[in-house]
Amino acid sequence: MTQVKVKAPPPARRVAAAQDASRNGRRRRMRPTTWAAIGFALPLVAYLAVFYAYPLVENVSMSVHRFTRATFVTGEAPFAGADIYREVIGSAPFWPTVRQTAVFVVVSLVFQYGIGLALAVFFQRSFPLSTILRALFLVPWLLPIIVSATTWQWMMDADSGVLNSFLGVFGIDPVWWLNAENSLMSVTIANIWLGIPFNLVILYSGLQNVPTELYEAASLDGASRWRQFWSITFPLLRPVTAITLLLGFVYTLKVVDIIWIMTAGTGTSQTLATWAYAMAFGKGTAVIQYSQAAVVGTILLVIALVMGFVYLAAQRRQED
Amino acid sequence: MERHDRVWWKTAIGLALVVVMLFPVYWMVNVSLTPRTDIRKGDLYPHSPTLEHYGIVLQDQLPHLATSLVVGLGTVALTLLIAAPGAYALSLLLVPGRRVLNFLLIVGQMIPAVVMALGFYTIYSRLGILDTLPGLIVADSTLAVPFGVMLFTAFMAGIPRELLQAAQIDGASHWRVFRSVVMPVSRNAAVTVALFAFLWAWSDFLFASTLDREGGALRPITMGIYDYIGSQNQEWGPMMATAVVASVPTAILLVVAQRYVAAGVTAGAVKS
Repeated sequence: MTQVKVKAPPPARRVAAAQDASRNGRRRRMRPTTWAAIGFALPLVAYLAVFYAYPLVENVSMSVHRFTRATFVTGEAPFAGADIYREVIGSAPFWPTVRQTAVFVVVSLVFQYGIGLALAVFFQRSFPLSTILRALFLVPWLLPIIVSATTWQWMMDADSGVLNSFLGVFGIDPVWWLNAENSLMSVTIANIWLGIPFNLVILYSGLQNVPTELYEAASLDGASRWRQFWSITFPLLRPVTAITLLLGFVYTLKVVDIIWIMTAGTGTSQTLATWAYAMAFGKGTAVIQYSQAAVVGTILLVIALVMGFVYLAAQRRQED
Repeated sequence: MERHDRVWWKTAIGLALVVVMLFPVYWMVNVSLTPRTDIRKGDLYPHSPTLEHYGIVLQDQLPHLATSLVVGLGTVALTLLIAAPGAYALSLLLVPGRRVLNFLLIVGQMIPAVVMALGFYTIYSRLGILDTLPGLIVADSTLAVPFGVMLFTAFMAGIPRELLQAAQIDGASHWRVFRSVVMPVSRNAAVTVALFAFLWAWSDFLFASTLDREGGALRPITMGIYDYIGSQNQEWGPMMATAVVASVPTAILLVVAQRYVAAGVTAGAVKS
């Protein structure tokens, strides 16, 4: 309340000044604003420390200590170093699970993005009812996943599921959607369906930023719709595409619920995330494998961290 | 003339696409209204619609629905309480170390919930707060807090500085500026954050199934549905009826707050 008449410095200088102040904070006295800022940020910082950092540290610690069921009673978990990592990576299910995870993520992303983009382009020009129809595409994304997953599970029932009756109309034999062999395909189909709304919304908003004059100029030059898409729309969407795929990758990698509810992660539908879930929390697990689950969790965590850096880099480039 | 025809032709295609996309939703409603004996027939519409499954749902699931409501509202409150002041510090007060904080928030959004659940599980079992509602609320809030801070930050950064300076010239403290200027102006952002926090908490399966697995009647509705799956003889009718009931709040939110939804996705993902 003393800085009433101080002229506000331009943002860039103010940022520099704030950084300066934080660097020399120990020598120079902090200005009242800095203290206020710290006060407002404190709940958030404390929250991140207690409710993010602590569970994550706990997870990593679990991965290097041998946890057993008794640990929860006695509190004893002998230090195992990298042993459990070696065991998990050397175990039979590890590489197949990595491969299945890769298939699940890549196939999901390709279709979610492709269909989302096609729909976004379709809705780019308004026509009667276009706003309402576009809004309806959001529905699957807002439903609780357990609702969508149980519905898909029922639709994919081998005997009385509607998908097989539909295929039967064309004389196609019933598919055992949810058995060990086909389960990866089935959960991927359901996951693609779940991800389309997200892709549609982001890509649609990206399309809104493409200047219409470009299209007008192109059509004056006689460019076809197809040509316009490849020469204007797609290149200009590149930054939005990058962010969409990046976020899609992270979101798909961490999917547990849809897979777990549909197949309990059995057969080919086991991914790294559902594997970790099954080892720690799966029903009927004879031996509780918290440490092994934590190892897989830590692997996922490292991937998320790397993607965080990539996201930041992508965003920087977008801003430049 | 030709253009007009073409436009209606597009509406027809759009309608067909919506029908394909929303077929599973229709199927859920269809099964929920089909009598028990007919469910395996897979009729395209209920020939003799019945509400028997909804009767069972009302009997069995009301406590779970109430729990979900409490957890959802608790998550909203906690998320707003942490995210709004944090974003004020990040966007307008230029707190030192905000680059690091921003980065942590991005990473926070990318952490798989199963990893968090593992950590929470050991901590909660040590503290003896497994199967409690506050424990679940805290865990669910981790889904929304980073998103909330980023959305608030993006929004607050756009508030004209003159507005804040005017209040300060009048002698308002930072707290007063936050409460009487920043928050009222950020109402739309707050609605969006609250909406998503509620939706995510309402839909949460992972934390509920790991941290609240023995919670009895005090488990959220997602666990109510999951119980039907776990039983030996899957009861598709009541399951689909519960699914419909569990979707009602999200459907209402979609209708009431549709513009916030689209704003939330794009702001959260593209701008941050």
